[in-house]
Amino acid sequence: MKSCLIVDDSKVIRMVAKKILHDLAFETVEAADGQQALDACKANMPDAVLLDWNMPVMSGIEYLRELRALPNGNLPVVVFCTTENDIEHIQEAIEAGANEYIMKPFDSEIIQAKFTQVGLL
Amino acid sequence: MGSEYFDYIRDLLKDRSGLAVSLDKTYLIDTRLLPVARKHGYDTIVDMVKALKIRHNEALVVEIAEAMNTHESLFFRDVEPFELFKNIILPQVLQRRKDTRRMRIWCAACSSGQEPYSLAMLLHEEAHRLSGWNMEIVATDISHSVLARAKEGLFSQFEVQRGLPVQMLVKHFAQEGDYWRISDKIRKAVTFKAFNLLTDPRGLGRFDVVFCRNVLIYFDLETKRKVLDALGGVIAPDGVLFLGSSESTIGLTEQLWPVEAGLGVYKHTGSPPSLAELP
Repeated sequence: MKSCLIVDDSKVIRMVAKKILHDLAFETVEAADGQQALDACKANMPDAVLLDWNMPVMSGIEYLRELRALPNGNLPVVVFCTTENDIEHIQEAIEAGANEYIMKPFDSEIIQAKFTQVGLL
Repeated sequence: MGSEYFDYIRDLLKDRSGLAVSLDKTYLIDTRLLPVARKHGYDTIVDMVKALKIRHNEALVVEIAEAMNTHESLFFRDVEPFELFKNIILPQVLQRRKDTRRMRIWCAACSSGQEPYSLAMLLHEEAHRLSGWNMEIVATDISHSVLARAKEGLFSQFEVQRGLPVQMLVKHFAQEGDYWRISDKIRKAVTFKAFNLLTDPRGLGRFDVVFCRNVLIYFDLETKRKVLDALGGVIAPDGVLFLGSSESTIGLTEQLWPVEAGLGVYKHTGSPPSLAELP
């Protein structure tokens, strides 16, 4: 079973994402901000990360840059999932090492399509 | 709806677009045609049919046929056919047509344009191999309204997240509010035309590759045969046909045969039997 770290400061979003990912046969771990996510990755590197942008303590993009600098930090497939839907944010994310980008609102079909594209499904 | 009215709609659809509607799909008639009826001032579909039976109204008939077509479409739908096209078919055509340097692709029933635009983006990625080549993508659909949308090249945020890699979104689209517009370069690589698959396609010319995916599933047996025979007539002797994953030519036409089971690629009899004959 593949693992996915869900990083979002909204408990509701984490719950929705968790339900969708369980249906796609992923094991899930949750984090409420970038720092928690980074700690989780240091303890156990996941196969995939579903990542919000705007969060307290440490933002998604800061987390992503730190993650990619970690040993084996290039391994997880990182999919942003954010309300930031302008091309500048998308470009910044790609440059920081994001593999895919979901613009909220999302549904199970979009997550499934994006995860298939990046080879997670 | 009484059976007399159902029969009228069913015959009209079969006649106009080849669409086969079985009794268990009557709910589709209700949900899709009621808005058309209301728009034309009828309270119910039955009222609309009654009026049509008394006096033919061509514009209304066209609208009914268009409303009943399914326009579901994704970028790079099913992924694999596009991989096959890029890795196997394209190199073959480039080898075989190296003297004329011309390649023609037809997307039959292109809907809102995701399939031909996917091919245009894919060819753009391969531009280094295609310099000096004349690549033509012809995209047709029976529905004028859907073709107008395709030509416009404007897609919702939801649509651009279905099948389109984000790198391609950034490269080939510009944001317009909540919508994304495809670049002129990609848009101009596709020629859109209205065409009914029930009519003779020879006016469109001859093609090296034809995509006719997830269309035949809506037709009855007789229509499938007719359409496949007609496609056979415009596919070059060494050309290929792509069908949808649940479609096949077997038992329907003598002209086109699967290249390999399960690939969704079909060729004329007498053309090289396998795909594994790369230069």
